[in-house]
Amino acid sequence: MAILIGKDTRLITQGITGKAGLFHSQKCREYGTNVVGGVTPKKGGTTVEGFPVFNSVAEAAKATGANATMIFVPAAYAADAILEAADAGLPLIVAITEGIPVMDMLKVHNYLKGKKAILIGPNCPGIVTAGVCKIGIAPGPIHSKGKIGIVSRSGTLTYEAVHQTTMAGLGQTTAVGIGGDPVHGLSHVDVVKMLNDDPETEGIILIGEIGGSDEEIAAEYIKKQVKKPVVAFIAGASAPKGKRMGHAGAIIDGNTGGAEAKKQALRDAGVTVAETAAEIGKRMVEAMKAKGK
Amino acid sequence: MKLHEYQAKAILRQAGLPVPKGEVVFKADEVPAALAKLGMNAGVAKAQAYTGGRGKAGGIKLFKTAEEAKAMAQQLIGMTLVTKQTGPQGVKIEAVLLEEASVIKRELYVAVTLDRGKANIAFILSPEGGMDIEDVAEKTPEKIKKLYPAWGRNLDAALAAEGAKFLGLEGDQAKAFADILEKLYRLYQEKDCSLLEINPLIVNDKGGLALLDCKFNIDDNAVYRQKDTGGDENAEKDPSEIEAAKYGLSYIKLDGDIGCMVNGAGLAMATMDIIAHYGAQPANFLDVGGSASEEAVTKAFEIISSDKHVKAILVNIFGGIMPCDRIARGVVNAVKTTGLKVPLVVRLEGTNVKEGKEVIDKSGLDLVSATDLEDGARKAAEVVKSMKAGVAGGVSGSKGVK
Repeated sequence: MAILIGKDTRLITQGITGKAGLFHSQKCREYGTNVVGGVTPKKGGTTVEGFPVFNSVAEAAKATGANATMIFVPAAYAADAILEAADAGLPLIVAITEGIPVMDMLKVHNYLKGKKAILIGPNCPGIVTAGVCKIGIAPGPIHSKGKIGIVSRSGTLTYEAVHQTTMAGLGQTTAVGIGGDPVHGLSHVDVVKMLNDDPETEGIILIGEIGGSDEEIAAEYIKKQVKKPVVAFIAGASAPKGKRMGHAGAIIDGNTGGAEAKKQALRDAGVTVAETAAEIGKRMVEAMKAKGK
Repeated sequence: MKLHEYQAKAILRQAGLPVPKGEVVFKADEVPAALAKLGMNAGVAKAQAYTGGRGKAGGIKLFKTAEEAKAMAQQLIGMTLVTKQTGPQGVKIEAVLLEEASVIKRELYVAVTLDRGKANIAFILSPEGGMDIEDVAEKTPEKIKKLYPAWGRNLDAALAAEGAKFLGLEGDQAKAFADILEKLYRLYQEKDCSLLEINPLIVNDKGGLALLDCKFNIDDNAVYRQKDTGGDENAEKDPSEIEAAKYGLSYIKLDGDIGCMVNGAGLAMATMDIIAHYGAQPANFLDVGGSASEEAVTKAFEIISSDKHVKAILVNIFGGIMPCDRIARGVVNAVKTTGLKVPLVVRLEGTNVKEGKEVIDKSGLDLVSATDLEDGARKAAEVVKSMKAGVAGGVSGSKGVK
């Protein structure tokens, strides 16, 4: 089961002839993902490393039966690439690209309202269903098939949580990196709902950071609906106000978006909050035991 | 990226918004010509610096003659302005805006910004203009109204009318306000703003509306297509931050003493947090990115080492796209060329971790190896603490500088 992707996923890559796009298409294929081709305008009809290349997403979808895409198109053109994928009817769009203007993402977000396409990212590491399918740039070998679902705004902190749950013998169902931008596709609460409904997922790890109120919204849902053990970590407690900490979304404005308020909202929802990023796995083991799992 | 008031007002004026007439000067010598162009000898001189709260700090002054204006420009330009918002180090005044003085009957507040939760643009309005809006929000939240336009359409007349009513504007003033709101909404989108704040929007003695001061901030991701706004994306950065950006490194200087080199923004923040958790302070935020070259890693290390406050360095890498051995070679190269003046703790995990550790081991350098993130942070914090304990006995008065 797991969520969003699995053995039936047929993936294309938008921007497959670029250095990063091609490298990660190969890495995804090595992991076991069925990568059926890619898109680069004006290079249709060629192949790279065994991947057929098409001029447009619509063309690629028709020829390959693709049902997912990952986007490595440069920031200035990435919003258009997302819209193109949605128009071609692809149900899952994973945007890896970093640095897309917020105004472009506002257009994308509002365009996708009411459409069936699910967007993950942008500025995200992608998604991995352990042992089965990987879309994006996460290192494959740290994953192990298991029972923990992970949702995170940060790439490397996702890896940290994956690694720690692997070392603790818990393993993962699906790990989703939702990205660090202020306007994005799936949010924490969307993924928490999916993981909560997934029978294979027994525990959930939520990794957030300063800025916005995604974590607070997820906390409200967890409080009402989630019986599975949840462990959270919030990055950025030591960050100064008003400075953008790498991620465009990681900035504290005025009195909202602070780490402590997020931690408190999660604690109030019965979530175990890890004080440091080093103890996420340990806290998950304890939380699972406490629930008799 | 922030614009100076004079740059922002030029854009607002061009859009047909009512802005007091004014001219900017970069040298006191330019004052007579500027006043001649404006056709006035009395007005207000406004320091151009990236901060609010300029009035109370002496950065905004009334002048009655051209000589007074010149003397003010002479005094202000190049001076460091310390306001409530800048901290004790202040900011440099780069220019002076000479403007006609306005008679203020009422001060209102209007801002256009992003509501990330709603994924929409929001207007924030208040009849309490001319004050710090955060204070208004805290003390009298009922005096703030948020309005949301329907995405992708022209501004709804009913929405503008609702805003005008909240601000107590009627008749021609309400009409003028609707026009201002519509233009600000359009500019916000065209110029890729992250914040467009008019504070205050005034009602003058003739009953007209005017935009007296503003903040005009542009989305950092969109700077590449907003160069013609005249903004300087490096304006508020430390020289080391600008140097880092050339190598694709995301670096922010902080006040602590443990230098950090990390890949990934989230992990970089979490590394700062865990250092703080163990009772020490991070000297910087540094994300080397997912695909940094060996050269960039070397540069990152040089930048951290050049900060005189750094007493120990913690390298924390979770190799994903970037293999650990590349990071290790970059670090070893940097240490060999610049020398290692402070203790270095290295934690490597992920892709090619074995090869990375080999590079470190074979280098013969005196590094502290850490088994995981916790171990790394604790060791770095301990090193700094023990150094401080050693120093405290010998050199009195060197403590508590920070």
